[in-house]
Amino acid sequence: MIGVLEDKDRIFTNLYGFHDWGLEGAKQRGCWNATRDMIRQPRTWVIDQIKNSGLRGRGGAGFGTGLKWSFMPKEVGARPHYLVVNADESEPGTCKDREIMRNDPHLLIEGCLIASYAMQAHACYIYLRGEYVLERERLEAAVKQAYEARLIGKNNVHGWDFDVYIHHGAGAYICGEETALLESLEGKKGQPRLKPPFPAGAGLYGCPTTVNNVESIAVVGTILRRGAEWFAGFGRPNNTGTKLMCVSGHVNKPCNVEEAMSIPMKQLLEEHCGGVKGGWGNLKAVIPGGSSVAMIPAEQCEDALMDFDSLRDLKSGLGTAAVIVMDKSTDLVKAIARISYFYKHESCGQCTPCREGTGWMWRVMERMAVGEADPKEIDILLDVASQVEGHTICALGDAAAWPIQGLFRHFRHEVEERISNYRSRRGNFAGATLAAE
Amino acid sequence: MPIAKVNGVEVEFEPGMTVLQVAERAGHEIPRFCYHERLSIAGNCRMCLVEVKPGPPKPQASCALPAAENQEIFTDTPMVKKAREGVMEFLLINHPLDCPICDQGGECDLQDQAVGYGRDGSRYAENKRAVDEKYMGPTIKTVMTRCIQCTRCVRFVSEIAGVEDIGMISRGESAEITTYLEQAVGSELSGNVNDLCPVGALTHRPWAFNYRPWELKKTETIDVHDALGSNIRADARGPEVMRVLPRVHEGINEEWLSDKSRYAVDGLMRQRLDRPYVRRDGKLQPATWAEALGAVAERFNAAKPNKIGAIAGDLQDAESMKALMDLMDAIGSPNLDCRQDGAWIGGGERGGYLFNSTLAGIEQADVVLLVGTNPRLEAPLLNTRLRKQWLAGKMRIGLIGEQASLTYGYDYLGAGPASLGKLSKDFAAALKGAQKPAVIVGMGALARDDGAAVLKAVADFAAANGVVRDGWNGFNVLHTAAGRVAGLDMGFLPRAGGLPAVDMVKKGKLDVLFLLGADEIDASATAAFKVYLGSHGDRGAHGADVILPGAAYTEKPGLYVNTEGRVQMAERSIFPKGEAREDWAIIRALSERVGQTLPFDSLAALRAKLMADHPGFGQVDYVAPGQPLNLKALGAKGSLGAAAFASPVKDFYMTNPIARASATMAECSAAASGARAMAAE
Repeated sequence: MIGVLEDKDRIFTNLYGFHDWGLEGAKQRGCWNATRDMIRQPRTWVIDQIKNSGLRGRGGAGFGTGLKWSFMPKEVGARPHYLVVNADESEPGTCKDREIMRNDPHLLIEGCLIASYAMQAHACYIYLRGEYVLERERLEAAVKQAYEARLIGKNNVHGWDFDVYIHHGAGAYICGEETALLESLEGKKGQPRLKPPFPAGAGLYGCPTTVNNVESIAVVGTILRRGAEWFAGFGRPNNTGTKLMCVSGHVNKPCNVEEAMSIPMKQLLEEHCGGVKGGWGNLKAVIPGGSSVAMIPAEQCEDALMDFDSLRDLKSGLGTAAVIVMDKSTDLVKAIARISYFYKHESCGQCTPCREGTGWMWRVMERMAVGEADPKEIDILLDVASQVEGHTICALGDAAAWPIQGLFRHFRHEVEERISNYRSRRGNFAGATLAAE
Repeated sequence: MPIAKVNGVEVEFEPGMTVLQVAERAGHEIPRFCYHERLSIAGNCRMCLVEVKPGPPKPQASCALPAAENQEIFTDTPMVKKAREGVMEFLLINHPLDCPICDQGGECDLQDQAVGYGRDGSRYAENKRAVDEKYMGPTIKTVMTRCIQCTRCVRFVSEIAGVEDIGMISRGESAEITTYLEQAVGSELSGNVNDLCPVGALTHRPWAFNYRPWELKKTETIDVHDALGSNIRADARGPEVMRVLPRVHEGINEEWLSDKSRYAVDGLMRQRLDRPYVRRDGKLQPATWAEALGAVAERFNAAKPNKIGAIAGDLQDAESMKALMDLMDAIGSPNLDCRQDGAWIGGGERGGYLFNSTLAGIEQADVVLLVGTNPRLEAPLLNTRLRKQWLAGKMRIGLIGEQASLTYGYDYLGAGPASLGKLSKDFAAALKGAQKPAVIVGMGALARDDGAAVLKAVADFAAANGVVRDGWNGFNVLHTAAGRVAGLDMGFLPRAGGLPAVDMVKKGKLDVLFLLGADEIDASATAAFKVYLGSHGDRGAHGADVILPGAAYTEKPGLYVNTEGRVQMAERSIFPKGEAREDWAIIRALSERVGQTLPFDSLAALRAKLMADHPGFGQVDYVAPGQPLNLKALGAKGSLGAAAFASPVKDFYMTNPIARASATMAECSAAASGARAMAAE
């Protein structure tokens, strides 16, 4: 067998689009099965099931999904409740939601219905990334099918009035931050809001709102069908369930794969991806959770498990489980400089440390990539990164700082070497750069 | 009250306060740029970071964090110090540090806080960002490279001023504050963004490079450009008022100021009457004081008392009106009037011509009916209060009169007097059910031939809707002239058989007409001998036979009573120009020549007499809202005209001689009319 997860336990059985993505195919794969019975259960049962399953948010932060749902007001007051699905999947390296929306859209729609019922929302907004055009078409077609089959909509067969609206974003990374997403959805400039108040208190249009990742919602139906214990049976305690992992970079077969949580990283790369190019010994570093988490060097990859706690202990994170593999041919400094450029480009410009700090860090990183820097600038850069991290309104500042911190934590010697090489070639005197140009 | 600890010291706070407010209450200054008490919280500058326990192990933005019971707040830990230094360093890396050529220098938050909370040097070795200048209108000078994106200006114009003209475009490092397609900010309050700007990105365009703040002599005084009596500080250098800034007065202007009050000061240096003139051979020619006063006295002595009349203008202080009134009474002339616009108001109960709810009190009203007024033009800072309550969803506003853009939504109920009787059912019901209904009647409704009848109709309507009830008086008259209420208070009104202002200027009614700063009335029809006492060579001076140069509002101490009946004392900032004298002293000198010497030799003596004769003037900065008022006694029976109400303010920037002399106001006026023309296209 390849990997840990058996085929019978996969949730996304059409992940690769080999089968019909439409309603008929989805029904054959079990989707929309017994949904009505779930909706007949009390909503506390739904929330408890999700809590018991140990499902942690799949968008990157890993906050307990059931717990998040339970923050919504128990009774609907003067303001309606909303469910917002965050399909603004923009994290470099991540492409899991894309496949769900392309190939298993009905799982998502079913999950939306169940989650909305659990939170007493009658409307759900799916905020799609601007670049996801095919996914929007698929999703819209699937929603249309669901409406026509009266699975959703007013007076649907499930007995919970429910509408889905698909909103196509304009392609800004920051709109994946939940409050910036809500701002954008309201038609304003996508800038994160101050918290508190949290969306469960005042979210979309000031109404109680829960924002969930596509994957978190799409697994809900199957969890309820197969039971919380089944889902909780995978992975380690506190890191349960199955997870879509997107492996890219220097592996022989980059892929998207659904695996059990806590699968050893080495097993994931070796068995699913055909191994690192040039063999395991050729591995240099791995960014395990999308561009915003710190990289871990090859020696730590030996024992690393693909789950929240293991990677957190390595001062990295599971993030979106977008594994970026870098072999020894990789110029790590240049790679991180490119990531820094991404965050500089995507910073919303609202708060000072991120607006000014991302640009500063990127410029220094670009110079370090060629070695054109002073060795003491490394400490300045790390100090700047620490001044950005934790000082901003949203987590983009953290995300900009972590990759740089990760690089210097493990590969500081490489940067120092590069700087000294550069200097020795050019001579080490004041104005060397200018003289050489 | 809950208790929190700030740096180990317990402090009580009111529920709902933020950590920043609690720390301030405990006496610890928190640096900030984006936070402002009167604007929404943005939390984007990150300068106010503090350490809070319990909480995450990272600094928190204190401006946006609600304080909690038993919270421990630290403002002086190494973490906080480092956080502030970090934010300050970030703010400065792309700031041009061109303080020597920056108009904000000396009163710059960034300068002050960089000294107080910043690092000693910069570690930033890259190139700095530069940002294009923007055009934001005639009042705002931009140097956008200095901008730190605090968005105070954006929040001010969208929340307080009610125009969505300024915004932030682009993102990240490229974020820029700009107006839409570089249009002028279409607000009467645009100058306030220059005050709000914590750096030198937005500065006062009319005063660019004119002064350094430490050169100026600051005088706290009162504004006269509208009837609100906004509290201002006139900053002068030598003989010139260089600028006017608002002072905080919660009851009147909060801390804002309209553009006219602020930027019309350059009008104080133009078109000034700095010496007496006497008309000889059909031309006004310079004269000495003795000649000018002699010429006036000669005419006064020759004319019959009932052929002499006096009209007081809009910007007059109470003292000069009192002096002139006493002189006219001594002569025995019944022709006195301070209502040059012909408003049928005054006499009777004081509440009949006041803004009874008070300016701050109008915020308590839940339903407000505007009659014949455009508060946006007549009293912009009253308008902001209406908008504030409307925005909070606490006030419903109806309008009878000109359908204008008021920065808030209103029920349009009709154009003329007849509409009072046929309100929409919806609004009428809302008014009936209101806890604190209010009516604001403007000069557009009263300064017309049927003004007395309109006043009666409005008063009857107010009575029928319970606008005056126990502890609440929502009957409000909104004046446009700063001197009007003082004149009405002292009774600067026609005596028995006397003529009102509109009749005095009619042909053949008078032999001598004394215009005390009255420029808004057309006196060209009368052949009377006209004496003009005032500060500017404007309409009143053009037709005058003798000009007596007086002092402008910054050049004399004086009492003003604003539209809510609040007496305020203005101070002299600079001296009158040339040979000009304070108005009361000129009238005192004239009285001697007329043979009716007034019994005071100093301003103090005049004030003593004023307060003795009219005790209300002694209650400085005092208003009493909720006074009972007999609405039935207001106005007079008469037939209501069919004409629509029209605001007396046609051009906000050109309402008085000072503003008309101001080059800045001319520019603003042109920009505003240009903007309107463009909008109509």
